[in-house]
Amino acid sequence: MGVTGGSALKRGINKSIYYIVCIVIAVAMFLPFYWSVLTSLKPDEEIFAMPIQWFPKHLTFDHYRKAFSTVPFALFFWNSLVLAVSGVLANLFFGSLSGYAFAKLKFRLNKPVFRVLLAAMMIPGIVTMIPTVYVMRHIPFAGGNDLFGSGGNGLMNSFWGIILPGASGTFAVFFMRQFFLTLPSDMLEMARIEGCGEFKIFWRIYLPLTKPALATLSIFTFQAGWNSFLWPMIVLNDPDKATIQMGLQAFSYNFQTDYGPMMAGALVAILPILVLFLALQRYFVQGIAFSGIKG
Amino acid sequence: MASMRKVERHQARTAYLFITPTVLLFVVFTIIPVVMALYLSFTNYDVLSRNDWIGLDNYRRLAHDDLLWKTFRNVFLYSLIFVPLNILISLLLGLLLSRAWRGVKLFRTFYYLPTLTSAVAAATVWIWLLHPEFGLINGLLSYVGITGPAWLSETRTAMLSIVLLTLWQSVGSNMIIYLAGLQGVPDYLYESARLDGANKMDCFRYITWPQLRPTTFLVSTMAIIGALQLFDQAFVLTQGGPANVTKTPVYLIYQQGFNQLQMGYASAQAFVLAMAILVFSLINMRISKAEESVI
Repeated sequence: MGVTGGSALKRGINKSIYYIVCIVIAVAMFLPFYWSVLTSLKPDEEIFAMPIQWFPKHLTFDHYRKAFSTVPFALFFWNSLVLAVSGVLANLFFGSLSGYAFAKLKFRLNKPVFRVLLAAMMIPGIVTMIPTVYVMRHIPFAGGNDLFGSGGNGLMNSFWGIILPGASGTFAVFFMRQFFLTLPSDMLEMARIEGCGEFKIFWRIYLPLTKPALATLSIFTFQAGWNSFLWPMIVLNDPDKATIQMGLQAFSYNFQTDYGPMMAGALVAILPILVLFLALQRYFVQGIAFSGIKG
Repeated sequence: MASMRKVERHQARTAYLFITPTVLLFVVFTIIPVVMALYLSFTNYDVLSRNDWIGLDNYRRLAHDDLLWKTFRNVFLYSLIFVPLNILISLLLGLLLSRAWRGVKLFRTFYYLPTLTSAVAAATVWIWLLHPEFGLINGLLSYVGITGPAWLSETRTAMLSIVLLTLWQSVGSNMIIYLAGLQGVPDYLYESARLDGANKMDCFRYITWPQLRPTTFLVSTMAIIGALQLFDQAFVLTQGGPANVTKTPVYLIYQQGFNQLQMGYASAQAFVLAMAILVFSLINMRISKAEESVI
């Protein structure tokens, strides 16, 4: 849709209006970020000053210090990082392995199994949550369990209880399959004639071609792992295993009046994803567009 | 010919090997839990004692559970406001940023940023934004002479606050999906329409909107499924209050199942919610296929 209208003046006015609208919306979307950064850096008396002080007169990092010293925020941060990174690695490997199989290999159950996987995406998480706890508790030989899965806690209160259920997400499989489908199959035939093993074909030839897809999937799964809240809250009871989202929630619940440290905590919880997004941004928007179209 | 079959058999074996981890995890953490959820909903499972089959008792009980129906009412009300606004705003943003002008990519990034934040971090920030005396929202309102409400503690505005927060957090990603959809609309349609003397409104009504129907279907389905499962934001922002007006079914199921350990009953509630989600998705499918546009 180009710009209609003849004169340069009219085009200029149209363009200015366009940019003004865009900027106003951008400011509105960004304002909550700015406001929390501002709050986290202002001394208390400026936080509660009216009218709003748009620029701080004094800068202080006390709120950050307080956020990290009153609760073990660094530990929570580390726990979340371990969980999110494991989730990413597992999903990249298992997701691309089965995505490749569904896209490039012929086997009788290809379509039916893939359909069942897709259909399961429609099942709301809350339905499987309660029985999954039961399954977790009764995994054989885990957490002090015997062969029949009784006696101990199973995978409850363990990081495995978070990592395993999401280790090969349906979305990862679906997403990688779509990408492998766009790659030509003749390299596969050729490598086979040369006598290359199937895993080697996947690992050495096809996987390196999916780097943009892997980058996108990494951000998605990292984001999902880092941001997840309800399931870790159910599985992990030990305060030393709490994630940053659980920590932040408990923290803001207990410190409702202490807004400086609260904002500092929230920003620390957002930061890793922000950095990752800005670093891999060009893949990201492509990737969403890609999964959106093919959805 | 014989070797051909051998190759194919080998290929199938490899394929099954490749999908084994995914299928195994899928069976353990999706198939078994779904079947068990159905079974548990007919028992009085409470973790501590043996569970007994009690038939339809749980379902009979929830028919008279006023709090459950209140949570359903809350979440329907939320969806009724959230879903149409979400579609409308993300479509408008998509249209706005679909041109290839200078700076558009930067705006896309800004509009997308809130999507990256976790529900917990975003809610924490919004607790402060919505602070009745020192919050940014009421601060801005006071510039135009309006005394803002105590957003989170008034029954009138509590749910509205959650709508505001979730809209801020979700329009960015749906905008990207709309952008992808808009890229798929062929240019020649607009060109021939313009030759026929169509204006911009006509173009939108007769070309853009119908062409975007699959995208709108995708966006609205995901929005409905997500909205009916609202939890994180309500948990952090309002703790379900005031007077339970922001308590949602997932919240109730979580409390019933994991705080009061009535897991059999909670499973029955989860199934009712899943049915509701299914019904609304089907209704949405019907509307999306209908000749007349929705909005």
